[in-house]
Amino acid sequence: MIISDSKLILEIKNLHARIEDKPILKGVNLQVKEGEIHALMGRNGSGKSTLAKILAGHPSYKITEGQITFQDKNLLTLEPEERARMGIFLGFQYPVEIPGVSNLEFLRVATNTRRSARQQEELDTFEFEDFVHSKLEVVQMDPVFLERSINEGFSGGEKKRNEILQMALLEPIISILDETDSGLDIDALRIVASGVNQLSSPQTATLLITHYQRLLNEITPDFVHVMADGEIQRTGGSELALELEKSGYEWIDRAVKVGESE
Amino acid sequence: MLNSNEWLTSLPDPKGKLKEVQVRGRKSLPNIDSPSKKNEIWRLTNLDRLKAIFDLPIAFKGSESEENRAEYWPDSPEPVFRISLDPNEDSIESIKLPEGIRLLNNNEIEQILGHVVNRCECNNNWLVTINKASSYHLLALKIQGRSIPPLEIIMPSYRGRLSSTRVLIILEENTELDLLQVFLGTNNSAHSNITEIHLDQEAKLNHGVIADGDGSSSLMGQILVEQKTRSEYYLTNVLKGLFLGRLEPYVVQSDGKAKTSLRGLQISNKLEQIGTYSNIRFDGPEGDLDQLQKAVATDSSHCVFNGQIIVPRHAQRTNASQLSRNLLLSSRARIDTKPELAIVADDVRCTHGATVSQLQDEELFYMRSRGISIKESMQMLLKGYCEDVLSSLPLKAKRWFEIDQLITSSKEST
Repeated sequence: MIISDSKLILEIKNLHARIEDKPILKGVNLQVKEGEIHALMGRNGSGKSTLAKILAGHPSYKITEGQITFQDKNLLTLEPEERARMGIFLGFQYPVEIPGVSNLEFLRVATNTRRSARQQEELDTFEFEDFVHSKLEVVQMDPVFLERSINEGFSGGEKKRNEILQMALLEPIISILDETDSGLDIDALRIVASGVNQLSSPQTATLLITHYQRLLNEITPDFVHVMADGEIQRTGGSELALELEKSGYEWIDRAVKVGESE
Repeated sequence: MLNSNEWLTSLPDPKGKLKEVQVRGRKSLPNIDSPSKKNEIWRLTNLDRLKAIFDLPIAFKGSESEENRAEYWPDSPEPVFRISLDPNEDSIESIKLPEGIRLLNNNEIEQILGHVVNRCECNNNWLVTINKASSYHLLALKIQGRSIPPLEIIMPSYRGRLSSTRVLIILEENTELDLLQVFLGTNNSAHSNITEIHLDQEAKLNHGVIADGDGSSSLMGQILVEQKTRSEYYLTNVLKGLFLGRLEPYVVQSDGKAKTSLRGLQISNKLEQIGTYSNIRFDGPEGDLDQLQKAVATDSSHCVFNGQIIVPRHAQRTNASQLSRNLLLSSRARIDTKPELAIVADDVRCTHGATVSQLQDEELFYMRSRGISIKESMQMLLKGYCEDVLSSLPLKAKRWFEIDQLITSSKEST
């Protein structure tokens, strides 16, 4: 939702980044305010997931130019865990499986770390069990997945539900959901989308990275951005996503070429 | 290297129940090649440390073992029956054993002791012979029944001394037992131990072995097992905190059709060197082996795994798998892993694999992206890595050690 006079949460200015010697981002600019839902679309390789990982602090990427400000703080000087504690959440496109580490224990430690950063009391084992069970309903997740190792043996849909469960537990200020819809059937997509909608509030914001309109049928974005060649080339309302669905990315490619020739 | 004759003269006179064994061991030791870097099975071992172990005097009644007094040991969950192989305790003969467990008498010991050593072809094993020559303490048990209480055998250590012990366990037909063997280690102490186990038909043993030292103690141990048909042997061992640690599990399935599972975890820190040298032989058809060996090496430590599997022609339809997974957490640490499969039979399924890696960056990032500090993330990942071995230990054995402080140079692996 667009709220007049709402606070700016995230500001990305002229962001350039590379992995090893390969430039990926070439001048990204983006502003996200409280209450807003942004959709970021674009071809594979356009830089969407790189942007998501950089926001979360992935150590493999090198920032060569530009800045990112989160709640008036310079994000680029902070470690991934510091960013998460401040309220940045990345929903992974491919959540990793971690054998041997209990999902429940992981969720408890992560939740308490975030609670501690917000000056909330940490939850003991029993309190946390009650808390996590109340949040399971958001994504209609079977409690049996709490007893397993993190994401081990989970289906694609279960992994994504586990991501949204983490979002529910951590109560982030901004959620960056990287292709949360990939690998989901229609029912799972609706459940996950419903979870995201339930967790949205006037004080938080969401950045959805997706290829498809079908997610945006369930979560209506306030802004749609199209990335190509490491930059946001177009920004519009939800009609822009419909246009992409209809015409594909070729017209964006043409626009990029025109820009380059000029 | 160790001068056998000099070492033999330093030993007390042969005596006790194992007197004849000592005499025979002392006679044969000079004829056995001492460990040398030229010998493959000793090539990676720090022989100076090995020599230092055998420079230690043998532990006897009156040896100092303050740190190992029973009041410092964790409580046993009921109904575990605990036996301590401590020369300072009252004689083992005076212990009232639970129903189904009895001590072997002298005649039986004379007939049976060493039988499994023979079956495992370890008579010329240098460490076995060293133990024969020096061990004065024997626990020999015959066990029968399906409702035997779990057994915990504690091997105390003695400050600045070599504790040379021997255990013999006979599981009769259809007997089931959970057994935990704990080697304590403090203050430059060392253990030499042979544990002989005979599993009769359809016997089942869930065997845990823990050696958790303080970094100055050492262990030279052989676990020698003979399995008859349809028996099941599950060994889970955890070795850590050892200045020099070497465990040699030998298993022979004498008539095939038995099941063996070996799960090992060795964790080395600082300058420690810990090795597992396993040898599994199928002397009959349709045997089954599932082996997982894990190691975590930090600082300037060294872990070694050598896994021999022998499948002769008559061991058709053997099904064996061996996996060695290793975590190298420091650029100064070292891991050597070597599968050695000798397969002559042609109708078998034998698989093996070995990996050496660091903690996975993507796993670490995933946890950090949830607000968990790098140190805590690494500890959780390491505990998770160890868990699939630790979870197989019988008798809630994790009460005997702490793995939370595994990481001493945590940032290095990132």
